[in-house]
Amino acid sequence: MALNLDYSFLTADVVRHNIVPGFEYALQLTLVSAGGGIVLGTFVALMRLSSIPFLRRFATVYVDALRSIPLLMVILWFFLLIPPGFFAAIAGDFGLAHRPEFSAVITFTIFEAAYYSEIMRAGIQSVSRGQVMAGYAVGMTYSQCMRLVVLPQAFRNMLPVLLTQTIVLFQDTSLVYAIGAYDLLKGFQTAGSIYNRTNEMVLLAAVVYFILSFSLSMLVRRLQAKIQIIR
Amino acid sequence: MSDWIPAIKRSAELMCKSTTDETVYSTCFAGKGDLTYLQWLFQAWGWTLLVALVALAIALILGTIIGVMRTLPNRAVALFGEAWTELFRNIPIVVQLLIWYNVLPEIFTPLKAVPPIVLAFGGLGLFTSARIAQQVKSGINTIPKGQRYAGLAMGLTLAQTYRHVLLPVALRIVAPTLTSESMNIIKNSSVAAAIGVTEMYYFAVQAGEETSMHTTMYLAVTILYFISAFAINRLAGAVEKGTRLPGAVGGAK
Repeated sequence: MALNLDYSFLTADVVRHNIVPGFEYALQLTLVSAGGGIVLGTFVALMRLSSIPFLRRFATVYVDALRSIPLLMVILWFFLLIPPGFFAAIAGDFGLAHRPEFSAVITFTIFEAAYYSEIMRAGIQSVSRGQVMAGYAVGMTYSQCMRLVVLPQAFRNMLPVLLTQTIVLFQDTSLVYAIGAYDLLKGFQTAGSIYNRTNEMVLLAAVVYFILSFSLSMLVRRLQAKIQIIR
Repeated sequence: MSDWIPAIKRSAELMCKSTTDETVYSTCFAGKGDLTYLQWLFQAWGWTLLVALVALAIALILGTIIGVMRTLPNRAVALFGEAWTELFRNIPIVVQLLIWYNVLPEIFTPLKAVPPIVLAFGGLGLFTSARIAQQVKSGINTIPKGQRYAGLAMGLTLAQTYRHVLLPVALRIVAPTLTSESMNIIKNSSVAAAIGVTEMYYFAVQAGEETSMHTTMYLAVTILYFISAFAINRLAGAVEKGTRLPGAVGGAK
Protein backbone atom coordinates (compact mmCIF):
# COMPACT_ATOMS: atom_id res chain seq x y z
CA MET A 1 0.00 0.00 0.00
CA ALA A 2 2.58 2.49 1.10
CA LEU A 3 5.32 3.67 -1.16
CA ASN A 4 8.74 2.96 0.31
CA LEU A 5 11.12 5.42 -1.23
CA ASP A 6 14.82 5.12 -0.59
CA TYR A 7 17.11 7.68 -2.14
CA SER A 8 20.21 6.69 -0.14
CA PHE A 9 21.89 5.22 -3.24
CA LEU A 10 21.81 8.59 -4.95
CA THR A 11 25.31 9.87 -4.21
CA ALA A 12 27.07 12.74 -5.90
CA ASP A 13 28.94 10.18 -8.00
CA VAL A 14 25.73 8.64 -9.34
CA VAL A 15 24.40 12.07 -10.19
CA ARG A 16 27.63 13.04 -11.91
CA HIS A 17 28.03 9.83 -13.90
CA ASN A 18 24.46 9.02 -14.85
CA ILE A 19 22.26 12.08 -14.64
CA VAL A 20 24.45 15.09 -15.46
CA PRO A 21 25.46 13.80 -18.96
CA GLY A 22 21.77 13.26 -19.73
CA PHE A 23 20.88 16.72 -18.50
CA GLU A 24 23.66 18.30 -20.56
CA TYR A 25 22.48 16.50 -23.68
CA ALA A 26 18.84 17.48 -23.12
CA LEU A 27 19.96 21.08 -22.73
CA GLN A 28 22.13 20.97 -25.87
CA LEU A 29 19.35 19.32 -27.84
CA THR A 30 16.86 21.96 -26.69
CA LEU A 31 19.12 24.95 -27.39
CA VAL A 32 20.52 23.78 -30.74
CA SER A 33 17.20 22.65 -32.17
CA ALA A 34 15.38 25.71 -30.81
CA GLY A 35 17.95 28.00 -32.46
CA GLY A 36 18.01 26.01 -35.68
CA GLY A 37 14.24 25.52 -35.62
CA ILE A 38 13.53 29.24 -35.23
CA VAL A 39 15.87 30.15 -38.11
CA LEU A 40 14.51 27.41 -40.38
CA GLY A 41 10.95 28.14 -39.21
CA THR A 42 11.34 31.81 -40.12
CA PHE A 43 12.35 30.85 -43.65
CA VAL A 44 9.40 28.45 -43.88
CA ALA A 45 7.07 31.21 -42.65
CA LEU A 46 8.44 33.60 -45.28
CA MET A 47 7.92 30.93 -47.93
CA ARG A 48 4.39 30.38 -46.72
CA LEU A 49 3.64 34.09 -47.06
CA SER A 50 5.52 34.41 -50.33
CA SER A 51 3.83 35.40 -53.59
CA ILE A 52 5.45 32.49 -55.44
CA PRO A 53 2.89 29.63 -55.53
CA PHE A 54 5.49 26.85 -55.54
CA LEU A 55 7.21 28.10 -52.37
CA ARG A 56 3.85 28.65 -50.69
CA ARG A 57 2.70 25.14 -51.49
CA PHE A 58 5.98 23.59 -50.41
CA ALA A 59 5.84 25.38 -47.03
CA THR A 60 2.21 24.40 -46.49
CA VAL A 61 2.91 20.74 -47.16
CA TYR A 62 6.04 20.85 -44.95
CA VAL A 63 4.13 22.31 -41.99
CA ASP A 64 0.93 20.29 -42.36
CA ALA A 65 2.76 17.00 -42.87
CA LEU A 66 5.01 17.35 -39.84
CA ARG A 67 2.17 18.59 -37.67
CA SER A 68 -0.01 15.56 -38.32
CA ILE A 69 2.60 12.88 -37.56
CA PRO A 70 3.55 11.94 -33.98
CA LEU A 71 7.02 13.17 -33.03
CA LEU A 72 7.93 9.60 -32.05
CA MET A 73 7.37 8.44 -35.64
CA VAL A 74 9.37 11.37 -37.01
CA ILE A 75 12.26 10.46 -34.68
CA LEU A 76 12.15 6.87 -35.97
CA TRP A 77 12.00 7.98 -39.61
CA PHE A 78 15.02 10.26 -39.41
CA PHE A 79 17.07 7.66 -37.56
CA LEU A 80 16.16 5.15 -40.24
CA LEU A 81 16.75 7.37 -43.25
CA ILE A 82 19.89 9.35 -42.37
CA PRO A 83 22.80 7.13 -43.45
CA PRO A 84 25.50 6.51 -40.79
CA GLY A 85 28.04 7.98 -43.18
CA PHE A 86 26.44 11.37 -42.66
CA PHE A 87 27.24 11.33 -38.94
CA ALA A 88 30.77 10.15 -39.69
CA ALA A 89 31.11 13.05 -42.10
CA ILE A 90 30.02 15.72 -39.62
CA ALA A 91 31.67 14.42 -36.45
CA GLY A 92 33.91 11.47 -37.33
CA ASP A 93 34.04 8.54 -34.93
CA PHE A 94 32.37 10.63 -32.25
CA GLY A 95 29.42 11.07 -34.61
CA LEU A 96 29.24 7.35 -35.32
CA ALA A 97 29.34 6.51 -31.63
CA HIS A 98 26.56 9.01 -30.88
CA ARG A 99 24.29 8.42 -33.86
CA PRO A 100 21.01 8.62 -31.88
CA GLU A 101 22.04 11.88 -30.23
CA PHE A 102 23.03 13.55 -33.51
CA SER A 103 20.02 12.16 -35.33
CA ALA A 104 17.71 13.62 -32.66
CA VAL A 105 19.24 17.09 -33.05
CA ILE A 106 18.56 17.02 -36.81
CA THR A 107 15.05 15.61 -36.27
CA PHE A 108 14.08 18.16 -33.65
CA THR A 109 15.42 21.08 -35.70
CA ILE A 110 13.39 20.09 -38.75
CA PHE A 111 10.32 19.01 -36.77
CA GLU A 112 10.14 22.04 -34.50
CA ALA A 113 10.70 24.36 -37.47
CA ALA A 114 7.16 23.43 -38.54
CA TYR A 115 5.79 24.65 -35.20
CA TYR A 116 8.05 27.72 -34.98
CA SER A 117 7.07 28.67 -38.55
CA GLU A 118 3.40 28.91 -37.55
CA ILE A 119 4.38 31.22 -34.69
CA MET A 120 6.60 33.34 -36.93
CA ARG A 121 3.85 33.49 -39.55
CA ALA A 122 1.47 34.94 -36.97
CA GLY A 123 4.25 37.32 -35.89
CA ILE A 124 4.91 38.53 -39.43
CA GLN A 125 1.19 39.01 -40.00
CA SER A 126 0.97 41.03 -36.77
CA VAL A 127 3.20 43.71 -38.32
CA SER A 128 0.95 46.16 -40.12
CA ARG A 129 1.02 46.26 -43.91
CA GLY A 130 1.77 49.96 -43.85
CA GLN A 131 5.23 49.20 -42.49
CA VAL A 132 6.04 46.90 -45.39
CA MET A 133 4.78 49.50 -47.85
CA ALA A 134 6.77 52.22 -46.11
CA GLY A 135 9.85 50.01 -46.41
CA TYR A 136 9.32 49.54 -50.15
CA ALA A 137 8.52 53.24 -50.51
CA VAL A 138 11.92 54.26 -49.17
CA GLY A 139 13.52 51.95 -51.70
CA MET A 140 14.22 48.84 -49.65
CA THR A 141 14.43 45.48 -51.37
CA TYR A 142 12.30 42.56 -50.15
CA SER A 143 15.17 41.14 -48.10
CA GLN A 144 16.05 44.52 -46.55
CA CYS A 145 12.42 45.16 -45.71
CA MET A 146 12.06 41.77 -44.02
CA ARG A 147 15.43 41.87 -42.29
CA LEU A 148 15.33 45.46 -41.05
CA VAL A 149 11.63 46.23 -40.60
CA VAL A 150 9.32 43.24 -40.36
CA LEU A 151 11.28 40.38 -38.74
CA PRO A 152 12.68 42.32 -35.75
CA GLN A 153 9.15 43.37 -34.80
CA ALA A 154 7.64 39.97 -35.54
CA PHE A 155 10.32 38.35 -33.42
CA ARG A 156 9.76 40.69 -30.49
CA ASN A 157 5.97 40.34 -30.63
CA MET A 158 6.23 36.57 -30.65
CA LEU A 159 9.10 36.15 -28.18
CA PRO A 160 6.91 34.82 -25.33
CA VAL A 161 5.20 32.32 -27.64
CA LEU A 162 8.54 31.22 -29.10
CA LEU A 163 9.87 30.65 -25.59
CA THR A 164 6.76 28.75 -24.54
CA GLN A 165 7.21 26.51 -27.58
CA THR A 166 10.84 26.02 -26.51
CA ILE A 167 9.66 24.79 -23.10
CA VAL A 168 7.41 22.31 -24.91
CA LEU A 169 10.47 21.33 -26.97
CA PHE A 170 12.44 20.74 -23.77
CA GLN A 171 9.71 18.42 -22.49
CA ASP A 172 9.60 16.66 -25.87
CA THR A 173 13.31 15.83 -25.64
CA SER A 174 12.20 13.03 -23.29
CA LEU A 175 10.82 11.24 -26.38
CA VAL A 176 14.26 10.39 -27.75
CA TYR A 177 13.94 7.11 -25.88
CA ALA A 178 12.55 5.90 -29.24
CA ILE A 179 16.10 5.67 -30.62
CA GLY A 180 17.93 5.25 -27.32
CA ALA A 181 19.62 8.65 -27.13
CA TYR A 182 21.03 9.42 -23.68
CA ASP A 183 18.85 12.30 -22.48
CA LEU A 184 17.75 13.44 -19.03
CA LEU A 185 15.05 10.78 -18.69
CA LYS A 186 17.44 8.07 -19.83
CA GLY A 187 19.93 9.29 -17.24
CA PHE A 188 17.37 8.80 -14.47
CA GLN A 189 16.28 5.45 -15.90
CA THR A 190 19.86 4.22 -16.09
CA ALA A 191 20.57 5.16 -12.48
CA GLY A 192 17.25 3.60 -11.49
CA SER A 193 17.93 0.31 -13.20
CA ILE A 194 21.52 -0.01 -11.93
CA TYR A 195 20.37 0.31 -8.32
CA ASN A 196 16.93 -1.26 -8.90
CA ARG A 197 15.17 1.90 -7.79
CA THR A 198 12.83 2.62 -10.72
CA ASN A 199 10.08 4.29 -8.73
CA GLU A 200 12.42 6.71 -6.98
CA MET A 201 14.03 7.74 -10.25
CA VAL A 202 10.77 8.13 -12.19
CA LEU A 203 9.42 10.39 -9.44
CA LEU A 204 12.65 12.38 -9.27
CA ALA A 205 12.60 12.79 -13.06
CA ALA A 206 9.06 14.17 -12.80
CA VAL A 207 10.14 16.62 -10.08
CA VAL A 208 13.16 17.82 -12.07
CA TYR A 209 11.18 18.27 -15.31
CA PHE A 210 8.45 20.04 -13.35
CA ILE A 211 10.80 22.47 -11.59
CA LEU A 212 12.62 23.33 -14.82
CA SER A 213 9.50 23.75 -16.99
CA PHE A 214 7.50 25.52 -14.32
CA SER A 215 10.17 28.06 -13.42
CA LEU A 216 10.90 28.73 -17.09
CA SER A 217 7.21 29.29 -17.82
CA MET A 218 7.03 31.68 -14.85
CA LEU A 219 9.93 33.65 -16.36
CA VAL A 220 8.15 33.72 -19.72
CA ARG A 221 5.01 35.02 -18.03
CA ARG A 222 6.99 37.86 -16.44
CA LEU A 223 8.65 38.65 -19.75
CA GLN A 224 5.22 38.73 -21.39
CA ALA A 225 3.95 41.25 -18.84
CA LYS A 226 7.02 43.40 -19.47
CA ILE A 227 6.66 43.30 -23.26
CA GLN A 228 2.98 44.20 -23.01
CA ILE A 229 3.92 47.40 -21.21
CA ILE A 230 6.49 48.33 -23.85
CA ARG A 231 3.94 47.86 -26.63
CA MET B 1 13.99 6.19 -50.70
CA SER B 2 14.05 4.49 -54.11
CA ASP B 3 13.12 1.10 -52.69
CA TRP B 4 9.77 2.30 -51.39
CA ILE B 5 7.67 0.97 -54.21
CA PRO B 6 9.21 -2.52 -54.40
CA ALA B 7 9.07 -2.61 -50.58
CA ILE B 8 5.33 -2.12 -50.64
CA LYS B 9 4.99 -4.87 -53.25
CA ARG B 10 7.04 -7.22 -51.17
CA SER B 11 5.05 -6.32 -48.10
CA ALA B 12 1.80 -7.22 -49.79
CA GLU B 13 3.21 -10.70 -50.13
CA LEU B 14 4.61 -10.72 -46.62
CA MET B 15 1.43 -9.48 -45.08
CA CYS B 16 -0.51 -12.32 -46.66
CA LYS B 17 2.06 -15.08 -46.18
CA SER B 18 2.43 -17.09 -43.02
CA THR B 19 5.92 -16.76 -41.58
CA THR B 20 5.70 -20.30 -40.16
CA ASP B 21 4.36 -22.54 -42.94
CA GLU B 22 4.61 -20.16 -45.92
CA THR B 23 0.90 -20.48 -46.73
CA VAL B 24 -0.21 -17.58 -48.92
CA TYR B 25 -3.63 -16.30 -47.98
CA SER B 26 -5.67 -14.88 -50.80
CA THR B 27 -7.47 -12.33 -48.64
CA CYS B 28 -4.58 -10.95 -46.57
CA PHE B 29 -6.64 -11.86 -43.54
CA ALA B 30 -5.56 -15.18 -42.09
CA GLY B 31 -7.97 -17.39 -40.20
CA LYS B 32 -7.77 -19.95 -37.41
CA GLY B 33 -6.00 -17.83 -34.85
CA ASP B 34 -3.28 -16.71 -37.27
CA LEU B 35 -2.59 -13.06 -37.68
CA THR B 36 -1.13 -11.38 -40.75
CA TYR B 37 0.88 -8.19 -40.31
CA LEU B 38 -1.92 -6.36 -42.06
CA GLN B 39 -4.44 -7.62 -39.49
CA TRP B 40 -2.09 -6.75 -36.68
CA LEU B 41 -1.71 -3.27 -38.13
CA PHE B 42 -5.47 -2.77 -38.16
CA GLN B 43 -5.76 -4.05 -34.59
CA ALA B 44 -3.04 -1.62 -33.54
CA TRP B 45 -4.92 1.17 -35.31
CA GLY B 46 -7.98 0.22 -33.29
CA TRP B 47 -6.01 0.50 -30.04
CA THR B 48 -4.65 3.89 -31.10
CA LEU B 49 -8.15 5.19 -31.78
CA LEU B 50 -9.51 3.68 -28.57
CA VAL B 51 -6.77 5.23 -26.42
CA ALA B 52 -7.21 8.59 -28.13
CA LEU B 53 -11.00 8.71 -27.95
CA VAL B 54 -11.36 7.53 -24.33
CA ALA B 55 -8.56 9.88 -23.21
CA LEU B 56 -10.22 12.71 -25.14
CA ALA B 57 -13.53 12.08 -23.37
CA ILE B 58 -11.80 12.10 -19.97
CA ALA B 59 -9.84 15.21 -20.91
CA LEU B 60 -12.93 17.09 -22.09
CA ILE B 61 -14.91 16.34 -18.93
CA LEU B 62 -12.06 16.94 -16.47
CA GLY B 63 -10.70 19.88 -18.45
CA THR B 64 -14.06 21.65 -18.39
CA ILE B 65 -14.46 21.07 -14.64
CA ILE B 66 -10.93 22.23 -13.85
CA GLY B 67 -11.24 25.18 -16.21
CA VAL B 68 -14.44 26.27 -14.46
CA MET B 69 -12.84 25.80 -11.03
CA ARG B 70 -10.06 28.19 -11.99
CA THR B 71 -12.59 30.96 -12.61
CA LEU B 72 -14.60 30.47 -9.41
CA PRO B 73 -14.49 33.17 -6.69
CA ASN B 74 -13.48 30.61 -4.05
CA ARG B 75 -9.68 31.01 -3.68
CA ALA B 76 -9.01 27.46 -2.51
CA VAL B 77 -10.94 25.91 -5.40
CA ALA B 78 -9.30 28.20 -7.95
CA LEU B 79 -5.87 27.40 -6.51
CA PHE B 80 -6.56 23.67 -6.77
CA GLY B 81 -7.41 24.20 -10.45
CA GLU B 82 -4.20 26.16 -11.01
CA ALA B 83 -2.12 23.51 -9.27
CA TRP B 84 -3.74 20.74 -11.34
CA THR B 85 -3.03 22.57 -14.59
CA GLU B 86 0.60 23.36 -13.74
CA LEU B 87 1.25 19.83 -12.48
CA PHE B 88 0.00 18.04 -15.59
CA ARG B 89 1.35 20.62 -18.02
CA ASN B 90 4.94 20.75 -16.83
CA ILE B 91 5.82 17.06 -16.75
CA PRO B 92 6.51 15.28 -20.07
CA ILE B 93 3.79 12.83 -21.08
CA VAL B 94 6.13 9.83 -21.09
CA VAL B 95 7.22 10.56 -17.50
CA GLN B 96 3.57 10.87 -16.46
CA LEU B 97 2.75 7.52 -18.06
CA LEU B 98 5.74 5.89 -16.35
CA ILE B 99 4.41 7.16 -13.02
CA TRP B 100 0.97 5.70 -13.78
CA TYR B 101 2.62 2.44 -14.71
CA ASN B 102 5.31 2.09 -12.02
CA VAL B 103 4.42 4.24 -9.03
CA LEU B 104 0.63 4.51 -8.80
CA PRO B 105 -0.02 0.74 -8.61
CA GLU B 106 2.26 0.68 -5.55
CA ILE B 107 0.07 3.26 -3.83
CA PHE B 108 -3.32 2.04 -5.06
CA THR B 109 -2.83 -1.73 -5.23
CA PRO B 110 -6.06 -2.41 -7.21
CA LEU B 111 -4.34 -0.70 -10.16
CA LYS B 112 -1.93 -3.66 -10.33
CA ALA B 113 -4.69 -5.80 -11.85
CA VAL B 114 -5.56 -3.18 -14.44
CA PRO B 115 -4.29 -3.58 -18.06
CA PRO B 116 -1.84 -0.90 -19.25
CA ILE B 117 -4.36 0.56 -21.67
CA VAL B 118 -6.52 1.74 -18.76
CA LEU B 119 -3.47 3.48 -17.28
CA ALA B 120 -2.92 5.09 -20.68
CA PHE B 121 -6.53 6.38 -20.65
CA GLY B 122 -5.87 8.01 -17.30
CA GLY B 123 -2.39 9.31 -18.08
CA LEU B 124 -3.20 10.78 -21.46
CA GLY B 125 -6.60 12.02 -20.27
CA LEU B 126 -5.21 13.94 -17.30
CA PHE B 127 -2.27 15.27 -19.32
CA THR B 128 -4.65 16.68 -21.93
CA SER B 129 -7.17 17.88 -19.34
CA ALA B 130 -4.63 20.49 -18.19
CA ARG B 131 -4.44 21.89 -21.73
CA ILE B 132 -8.21 21.93 -22.12
CA ALA B 133 -8.65 23.55 -18.70
CA GLN B 134 -6.35 26.32 -19.90
CA GLN B 135 -8.55 26.89 -22.97
CA VAL B 136 -11.81 26.74 -21.00
CA LYS B 137 -10.48 29.21 -18.45
CA SER B 138 -9.48 31.75 -21.07
CA GLY B 139 -12.79 31.13 -22.86
CA ILE B 140 -14.73 32.02 -19.71
CA ASN B 141 -12.49 35.03 -19.09
CA THR B 142 -13.17 36.48 -22.55
CA ILE B 143 -16.86 36.83 -21.65
CA PRO B 144 -17.49 40.34 -20.29
CA LYS B 145 -17.73 40.35 -16.48
CA GLY B 146 -21.11 42.11 -16.80
CA GLN B 147 -22.73 38.87 -17.97
CA ARG B 148 -21.71 37.08 -14.79
CA TYR B 149 -22.96 39.98 -12.64
CA ALA B 150 -26.19 40.19 -14.63
CA GLY B 151 -26.84 36.51 -14.05
CA LEU B 152 -26.19 36.80 -10.34
CA ALA B 153 -28.23 40.03 -10.08
CA MET B 154 -31.21 38.27 -11.64
CA GLY B 155 -31.15 35.86 -8.74
CA LEU B 156 -29.48 32.93 -10.45
CA THR B 157 -27.18 30.95 -8.22
CA LEU B 158 -23.50 30.77 -9.20
CA ALA B 159 -24.07 27.25 -10.59
CA GLN B 160 -27.05 28.44 -12.63
CA THR B 161 -25.06 31.40 -13.94
CA TYR B 162 -22.37 29.03 -15.21
CA ARG B 163 -24.88 26.53 -16.57
CA HIS B 164 -27.16 28.96 -18.40
CA VAL B 165 -25.08 32.08 -19.05
CA LEU B 166 -21.31 31.54 -19.10
CA LEU B 167 -20.65 27.98 -20.26
CA PRO B 168 -22.95 27.94 -23.33
CA VAL B 169 -20.89 30.82 -24.71
CA ALA B 170 -17.46 29.90 -23.34
CA LEU B 171 -17.50 26.32 -24.63
CA ARG B 172 -18.40 27.51 -28.11
CA ILE B 173 -15.60 30.07 -28.02
CA VAL B 174 -13.06 27.36 -27.20
CA ALA B 175 -14.40 24.80 -29.69
CA PRO B 176 -11.78 25.62 -32.38
CA THR B 177 -8.87 24.97 -30.02
CA LEU B 178 -10.43 21.66 -29.06
CA THR B 179 -10.03 20.63 -32.70
CA SER B 180 -6.27 20.91 -32.43
CA GLU B 181 -6.27 19.24 -28.99
CA SER B 182 -8.09 16.23 -30.44
CA MET B 183 -5.41 15.97 -33.13
CA ASN B 184 -2.72 16.24 -30.47
CA ILE B 185 -4.23 13.40 -28.51
CA ILE B 186 -4.02 11.07 -31.54
CA LYS B 187 -0.33 11.96 -31.87
CA ASN B 188 0.39 11.73 -28.15
CA SER B 189 -1.26 8.31 -27.93
CA SER B 190 1.90 6.96 -29.61
CA VAL B 191 3.68 7.39 -26.26
CA ALA B 192 1.36 4.76 -24.71
CA ALA B 193 3.62 2.11 -26.27
CA ALA B 194 6.15 3.02 -23.57
CA ILE B 195 3.96 1.26 -21.00
CA GLY B 196 3.15 -1.68 -23.26
CA VAL B 197 -0.04 -0.65 -25.04
CA THR B 198 0.08 -2.42 -28.41
CA GLU B 199 -0.95 0.57 -30.48
CA MET B 200 0.43 1.70 -33.85
CA TYR B 201 3.81 3.01 -32.75
CA TYR B 202 4.36 -0.28 -30.92
CA PHE B 203 3.41 -2.10 -34.13
CA ALA B 204 5.80 0.01 -36.22
CA VAL B 205 8.77 -0.80 -33.98
CA GLN B 206 7.88 -4.43 -33.34
CA ALA B 207 6.89 -5.39 -36.89
CA GLY B 208 9.86 -3.44 -38.23
CA GLU B 209 12.20 -5.49 -36.03
CA GLU B 210 10.56 -8.82 -36.82
CA THR B 211 10.58 -8.38 -40.59
CA SER B 212 13.54 -6.00 -40.99
CA MET B 213 11.24 -4.01 -43.26
CA HIS B 214 11.26 -0.83 -41.23
CA THR B 215 10.43 1.49 -44.12
CA THR B 216 7.33 -0.47 -45.08
CA MET B 217 5.99 -0.68 -41.55
CA TYR B 218 6.77 2.95 -40.70
CA LEU B 219 5.15 4.08 -43.92
CA ALA B 220 1.95 2.14 -43.25
CA VAL B 221 1.73 3.47 -39.69
CA THR B 222 2.56 7.03 -40.72
CA ILE B 223 -0.21 6.98 -43.32
CA LEU B 224 -2.71 5.68 -40.78
CA TYR B 225 -1.69 8.39 -38.28
CA PHE B 226 -2.23 10.90 -41.07
CA ILE B 227 -5.68 9.54 -41.84
CA SER B 228 -6.63 9.41 -38.14
CA ALA B 229 -5.47 12.94 -37.44
CA PHE B 230 -7.26 14.19 -40.55
CA ALA B 231 -10.48 12.33 -39.71
CA ILE B 232 -10.60 13.53 -36.11
CA ASN B 233 -9.79 17.04 -37.32
CA ARG B 234 -12.79 16.93 -39.67
CA LEU B 235 -15.01 15.40 -36.99
CA ALA B 236 -14.10 18.06 -34.45
CA GLY B 237 -14.46 20.69 -37.17
CA ALA B 238 -18.02 19.50 -37.85
CA VAL B 239 -18.87 19.63 -34.15
CA GLU B 240 -17.38 23.11 -34.00
CA LYS B 241 -19.44 24.25 -36.98
CA GLY B 242 -22.64 22.73 -35.63
CA THR B 243 -22.29 24.40 -32.25
CA ARG B 244 -21.02 27.74 -33.50
CA LEU B 245 -22.62 30.71 -31.80
CA PRO B 246 -25.11 32.37 -34.16
CA GLY B 247 -23.74 35.73 -35.19
CA ALA B 248 -20.13 34.99 -34.27
CA VAL B 249 -17.78 34.81 -37.25
CA GLY B 250 -14.98 32.46 -36.30
CA GLY B 251 -15.03 32.67 -32.53
CA ALA B 252 -12.15 34.40 -30.81
CA LYS B 253 -9.41 32.49 -29.02
